[in-house]
Amino acid sequence: MDIHEYQAKELLAGFGVAIPRGGVAYSPEQAVYRASEIGGSRWAVKAQIHSGARGKAGGIKLCSSEDEVRAAAKALLGKRLVTHQTGPEGRVVHRLYIEAAVPIERELYLGLVLDRKTERIMIVAHPQGGIEIEEIARSAPDSILRESVEPAIGMSSFQAREIAYGLGLAPAQVSRAVTTLLGAYRAFRDLDATMVEINPLVITGDGQVLALDCKMTFDDNAMFRRPNVSELRDYAEEDPREAQAAEHGLNYVGLDGDIGCIINGAGLAMATMDMIKHAGGQPANFLDVGGGASPERVAAAFRLVLADGKVGAILVNIFAGINRCDWVAQGVVQAARDIQMKVPLVVRLAGTNVEEGRRIVRESGLPIITADTLAEAADRVVAALKGSRAKSTAPGNGAP
Amino acid sequence: MSILIDEKTRVIVQGFTGEKATFHAREMIAYGTNVVGGVTPGKGGTRHLDRPVFNTVKEAVREVSAEASLIFVPAAFCADSIMESANAGIRLVCTITDGIPAQDMMMVKRYLFRFPRERRTTLIGPNCAGIISAGKAMLGIMPGHIYSRGGVGIVSRSGTLGYEAAAQMNSLGIGQTTSVGIGGDPINGSSFVDILKLFEADSETEAVMMIGEIGGPQEAEAALFVKEHMTKPVIGYVAGLTAPKGRRMGHAGAIISAFGDTAAEKAEIMRSAGLTVAPSPAEMGSTVAAALARKPARKRAAVK
Repeated sequence: MDIHEYQAKELLAGFGVAIPRGGVAYSPEQAVYRASEIGGSRWAVKAQIHSGARGKAGGIKLCSSEDEVRAAAKALLGKRLVTHQTGPEGRVVHRLYIEAAVPIERELYLGLVLDRKTERIMIVAHPQGGIEIEEIARSAPDSILRESVEPAIGMSSFQAREIAYGLGLAPAQVSRAVTTLLGAYRAFRDLDATMVEINPLVITGDGQVLALDCKMTFDDNAMFRRPNVSELRDYAEEDPREAQAAEHGLNYVGLDGDIGCIINGAGLAMATMDMIKHAGGQPANFLDVGGGASPERVAAAFRLVLADGKVGAILVNIFAGINRCDWVAQGVVQAARDIQMKVPLVVRLAGTNVEEGRRIVRESGLPIITADTLAEAADRVVAALKGSRAKSTAPGNGAP
Repeated sequence: MSILIDEKTRVIVQGFTGEKATFHAREMIAYGTNVVGGVTPGKGGTRHLDRPVFNTVKEAVREVSAEASLIFVPAAFCADSIMESANAGIRLVCTITDGIPAQDMMMVKRYLFRFPRERRTTLIGPNCAGIISAGKAMLGIMPGHIYSRGGVGIVSRSGTLGYEAAAQMNSLGIGQTTSVGIGGDPINGSSFVDILKLFEADSETEAVMMIGEIGGPQEAEAALFVKEHMTKPVIGYVAGLTAPKGRRMGHAGAIISAFGDTAAEKAEIMRSAGLTVAPSPAEMGSTVAAALARKPARKRAAVK
């Protein structure tokens, strides 16, 4: 789960990380009010969407008067921002963060991640801020400072000092940087984050150490015990189909292709998508119906997949372990009847109670194409899509 | 031979009396697994599926000499159950539960290492389908009938893709020694390397099918291990060629976030380490068959 920059800053401030003065705004008037509240003569008006690289996309505007703040807010609110992280469809700006612009002496990079190799929280720092750390990891990996934290002990002061000195900070700033590092670690640990990124962490002209931009990502599996974090969830930032899928216990990720997929198991789902591509098609989505797929859940999966207008054919691939093929078959038949499916449907069943499942599909009287193997399933759904496209564009078929 | 479990392994189920655990414990017993009891705190002293229920794992170890445990406990309490088993001296713990917080697993992994190597618990999972030694015993939730006895080991992050591989092999008359699901979480108990070591040492296993997916460093580590330490052929496949960057594909650990995380990169790393990579998920079985056919007869005889 992701949150907005201003929310991450509020959380981190609660753990002793220093941040510039700022406030959230939903309208140009509020933005101006925030600016006057903050005081000073220079402000940054920052679009709040769940993406980095907002500056490059024109989502951050520096202002020197209240009129400029108003104009910037007006321009940004409701605007669709496209960054390399949002994809071509971009994100609409609904919230702004107005912040005191600070005189920057130096920019640094600070990140905390749950490192899968060491299976510990890893502190990653770089003497240059505003960078893409992945780029640096590739081009100059030795310039990155890393510190692995022992889970039962927590981050030690010496580790924070080593990083601060390693970044080349002046002695007066070291203790402030140590406070920031220890605070960021505690926030990570206590709030079940999977990633905290402060990029840049800045040293101001008057020697303060401030978090200028923050990003936090949290472990979905731990949100049950972090109600104060999970309430920060912004549904406007999520694909409505994915949110709808989650309500039904389904895992859905929308893609660009035209073959809808309903599969059990994340690995088999990815492999089936690979197989569709191998057979010359393009998957429209990833969808894992999970274990214990009831007829209701299968029906919900069909509605979800068909809500994507691009979908021209559907492939159901179930290898039943926890699931039983006969249950899934009943769900498929029921859903196909209720929804009055107009696109070709290919069903492949395997595993527990497969014979019974196949019988139910066969005897349904519905025009369901069956397949016994993964390869057959992929070939048949690609062929069925081509067939139905050819039919619908053939002359005399009522198509324009 | 097989790895991790056989028909003699004394198995308990943690969360024994729950609905799902009951269903799968029945399946395990029907498959021939030596289930000697279970643990549900508060229900100690009763019987379930004609077997004793204990309040603690320690009691189960003392009373029925439990040596392996299958965990069905809800995610919020699962880390605690794993540590309870480790502390009680259970040799092998397999955790089916999906949704355990990653930082809980981080603590669990450190906890396991507090024990000396000779009595350290092997953890499989979480978020996995479990372990099956074909025709002998099952510590998991897989459909047992799709496996048959033979000489190929399977290790897979995904459960259902492991089933798919077994089914493809069976249709070509190739059986399995043991199939292990290591799970789809970012931090898991045993890695590909841990399982490959066991297969390399197992006299009956002739070749290994290793099924990875996007995200994490484990496939690359395994490829290096195969290159340097394995004498048996390893056939690889990595799911997720069509997965977009930065999106979580069902499994908590299936996300492309760093260099080397994509399916194409991992498959390339495998190839360059000398593994045979199945060109598509529909060709896992046939690629294994081809690798077995290529194996020199003398070497095959030697391991038998």
